[in-house]
Amino acid sequence: MARQSVHIVGASLAGLRAAETLRRSGFEGPVVLIGDEPHRPYDRPPLSKQFLAGDWERDRLALSPEDRFSALELEVRLGVQASGFDLQTRTLRTSAGDETVDGLLIATGARCRSLPGSEHMAGVHVLRSLDDAETLRAELAAGPRRVVVVGAGFIGAEVAATCRGRGIEVSMIEALSAPLARVLGEEMGAVSAEVHREQGVDLRCGVGVDGLDADSNGRVCAVRLSDGSTIDADVVVVGIGVVPNTEWLVGSGLELDDGVVCDSTLSAGPGVVAAGDVARWPNQRFGETMRVEHWDNAVEQGVYAARRLLADDDAELEPFSPVPWFWSDQYQIKIQMAGRIRADDQMEIVTGSVEERRFAALYGRAGRLVGVLGFNRPRHVMHYKTLIHDGASFDEALAASL
Amino acid sequence: MKVVVDFDLCESNAICMQIAPDVFEVRDDDFLYVLNENPDEGDRARMEECVQRCPKQAITIED
Repeated sequence: MARQSVHIVGASLAGLRAAETLRRSGFEGPVVLIGDEPHRPYDRPPLSKQFLAGDWERDRLALSPEDRFSALELEVRLGVQASGFDLQTRTLRTSAGDETVDGLLIATGARCRSLPGSEHMAGVHVLRSLDDAETLRAELAAGPRRVVVVGAGFIGAEVAATCRGRGIEVSMIEALSAPLARVLGEEMGAVSAEVHREQGVDLRCGVGVDGLDADSNGRVCAVRLSDGSTIDADVVVVGIGVVPNTEWLVGSGLELDDGVVCDSTLSAGPGVVAAGDVARWPNQRFGETMRVEHWDNAVEQGVYAARRLLADDDAELEPFSPVPWFWSDQYQIKIQMAGRIRADDQMEIVTGSVEERRFAALYGRAGRLVGVLGFNRPRHVMHYKTLIHDGASFDEALAASL
Repeated sequence: MKVVVDFDLCESNAICMQIAPDVFEVRDDDFLYVLNENPDEGDRARMEECVQRCPKQAITIED
């Protein structure tokens, strides 16, 4: 039976791209877009970069120009929180009331982990939403003596880079032996560490945070580390990962396990699909069940999930099995990575050099090309991404001339 | 159909090149070049994908 209407819960990148895809596919029924933030869909990557730096204002963040957004003819409900769903009765519960839904697309994303005990301490921030970014930006504009960044993942590293760009002293604390060691491997993590130190970041790796100290006004003033040292801090930014927003689906009849569990076509149940940071699915290309928090994944899944929802539940679809890809801009370096790498993969630099901060490195496992990392090498990353997609062997990739 | 790139926004992430290498090319100077500004109407779906997946939202389609 053809789809009558679609409810999209989550009004960020995946949800918007899904809505666009529904319309582009010719779906004319009601499309309801529900978001818990008061803002229209906006782009998050600039929040830690141009927006935090003070170079961009919020009007530059819109994900869809106003005329194109209106042309989608969505029923947009902003500032509305989804609180429950029942697969049997197809009841969606929200802060604006209950309703019965036909097609449901779950794109509720993820939220930042907080540092236990610091949740309500003034001067301690996470960075995920526009409101987070505005608050943090105001703190940076007030001229803090030192910002301490907890966690040297992408958000932490980008915040550190932006702070240095604003001339603010930065310490960055990382529990692993190097920044991004789990994503880039040990050796490239060390390169990332060098970059931060060259830029004047006081980077401390292999050390945890024992706790935060507050002054008599209840505002953070110091970070205590597991090696016994203490760093004075006017502002603390916590970037220690995210948790998928699935609590509202507990008891819904959908399977939850660090995300909404989907099949290889992003279907989570009859007439229910998931997309973006919240979706966990088996990526058959890599023989691995994954949940991917990258921007490009949210776009691709939003598009795919919308098409999935328009097809019959028992339709045979090509599985969703992309080569994950992301970028991160830190200082003057564009880091890009495609594929799935592990710490023990073979790694070889194929063009440029680490010293000039301009290179591409290939990662191989069991004779296959599984990943490519580029520092300021977008052309190479995309070529090798295509080779990963085509199932090239590691030797073929090494021999490929660009 | 006309494809327009805002080069003030473009940062040569090269996603468009992966989708449509006959239309977009990032060269070794790290700049994006548009090889065909007027793709055929039948190519619209692929061009829309480039618009949606550009991380800098630098691509627009003018009818």
